[in-house]
Amino acid sequence: MSYFIELIINGALTGLMYSLVAIGFVLIYKSAGVPNLAQGAVVMTAAYVVWLLAALGLHIVVAIILGTVLMFGFGLLTERLLLRRMVGQPIIMIVMLTLGLEILLRGIGPGLLGAAPKSIDLGIGLSPIIIGDIFINRAYLVGGVVALALIGAALLFFQTRLGIKLRAVSDDHVSSWAVGISVERAVGISWGIAGMSAVAAGVLWGSVQGVDWTLSTLLFPAVAVAILGGIDSIWGVLIGGLLVGILGSVIPGYLDAIVGGGTRDVVTSLIILLTIMIRPYGILGREDIERI
Amino acid sequence: MFYRIAGVYHTRYDKARALWPVPADRWQITVVVIFALAAPFLLSDLYLGSYALPWLIWSAATLSLTLLMGLAGQLHFGFAAVMAIGAYTSIHLARFGVPFEFALLGAGIASAAIGALFGAAALRVKGLYLVMATLAMQYLVDWVINNVPAISGGAQATLRTPPSSFLLISLESLEVRYYLALAWAVLLAIFFMNVKRTSFGRALVAIRDKDFAAAVIGIDPFRYKLLAFFTSSFVGGVTGALLAFCYYRAVTPEQFGFNVSIQLVAMVLVGGLGSIIGGFLGAGFVLLIPIILTNLVSGLAASGFLTVSSNLLAHLPLMIYGALIIGFLVFEPLGLAKIYDNIRKYFLVWPFRHSRS
Repeated sequence: MSYFIELIINGALTGLMYSLVAIGFVLIYKSAGVPNLAQGAVVMTAAYVVWLLAALGLHIVVAIILGTVLMFGFGLLTERLLLRRMVGQPIIMIVMLTLGLEILLRGIGPGLLGAAPKSIDLGIGLSPIIIGDIFINRAYLVGGVVALALIGAALLFFQTRLGIKLRAVSDDHVSSWAVGISVERAVGISWGIAGMSAVAAGVLWGSVQGVDWTLSTLLFPAVAVAILGGIDSIWGVLIGGLLVGILGSVIPGYLDAIVGGGTRDVVTSLIILLTIMIRPYGILGREDIERI
Repeated sequence: MFYRIAGVYHTRYDKARALWPVPADRWQITVVVIFALAAPFLLSDLYLGSYALPWLIWSAATLSLTLLMGLAGQLHFGFAAVMAIGAYTSIHLARFGVPFEFALLGAGIASAAIGALFGAAALRVKGLYLVMATLAMQYLVDWVINNVPAISGGAQATLRTPPSSFLLISLESLEVRYYLALAWAVLLAIFFMNVKRTSFGRALVAIRDKDFAAAVIGIDPFRYKLLAFFTSSFVGGVTGALLAFCYYRAVTPEQFGFNVSIQLVAMVLVGGLGSIIGGFLGAGFVLLIPIILTNLVSGLAASGFLTVSSNLLAHLPLMIYGALIIGFLVFEPLGLAKIYDNIRKYFLVWPFRHSRS
């Protein structure tokens, strides 16, 4: 029983950290309608940037703050230089552009900085927290708490003046233009914020599993989180993250021993497939997906 | 001038409907075919086996995918899984003692069955959701292949292809395998050129352009989308089997991973959606340019002009490949086929500047 509870708690915390990656994906999809399949690679880039700044001798807090600023700029630039040109193109082109960006970043980061995993030390410590019979991963706990705080901050942000503008843009581009909202700026800012959220995800995941190209594979669970929760909903990210995390921890916890490992990806794939087949707009998403 | 169309009068319908009504196109095709046939005598075994042969097979794979993505407009990010099903089916059939010709057929049928199943599951949705659904299927097929020892031959195992022959000619020599790949690529190219002119092809194009409009004029979108998935997966499966038998001569699950799916989509897009010449050009470009540029840089590094760390050199193909995709999408979204078309149109009216078509 305590094994089960341990799986659930650690799964929920991992899931919250998936949500951190997914929130960038959702932000961009919400405002621009672009599925940013490069978000995993952006998370990896953010982790590399923070590691580089820390390796240059900056204190880790300073490095994270500076990294956040840099990644905001990176997000803005990506939107301005690449995605702005693709407005009006079919979705396959846009999806493929983000995949091209993913491949490029996956080459540049490890290529310039070395492929061996780097470590980001947040001073969390490695020993698990033990409550009764249950072992809780300390880094996941910090990650989960930070994720919760950031999702809360995102929810509050959407109540501010800028956040309301972004929501208007996500509703309808043309009417936003009509009432004087600069859609281009709003879309650019949402890319910037997605870059900032990537710093949080990159630092936390980087401190857990080391900074190397495997961080970009976080995209897959993050996409599952986004689709399950509803691709344009922040609350959905929270719920989807918890569900994907718990299912992706409990099911492999019992099945891996029987079938020989790797069930987590299968669970994630099945979540995506079943969501798309049964309820394509996710748990909390708006039901406006086109269907025959 | 080169493509003189003045003075080319068609007096019969079948002349006007010919695949290449312009003589210059026919000449070019003839030259290309002669070069392709003579390649084993012109190229060394190294170039034939590691450049020309994979190029032909990947072109065939690109053509299979472009039928689905370019003609029917259905996105597919799990095509490597379809090819994997073909490769594994054929290899198991051949090991079981089935003649290679029937193993190929079996590979096609197995791929088509499972591929159409994918399609049926994904038919309710389109756009991003279709991408995600096919992607999830790629992971599922990968996992099944990896974790069922009866298919993969155990964890991390490599299955070697048994010695086999096609129409009584042994596949041991490189030339035979090259000609087999060439025959398949040419067959597919002719097939697709003609599919575009049939009612089936036109129905697919109608569905791509607007599916409910197609439904209104009496094309059943469900049926034709399923048929598109079926056809494309069938030829994809046969191509996967040929890839295993003619090029790799062994199969491991890594040969058909997620990255291969992305590479196939990149080939389709770089070549130009729905174009046949684009299929060949795109496959060659995506396959060869990273290799050529990396060789160039490593050559420069070896001769001392550049200082490049071995780590950077190892990641260079990835960077070039990513930059290639981005560059094409940003600067020429219609791909190499459009560039070829522009050049052709330029020479159509050369020395004048503007053409009307």
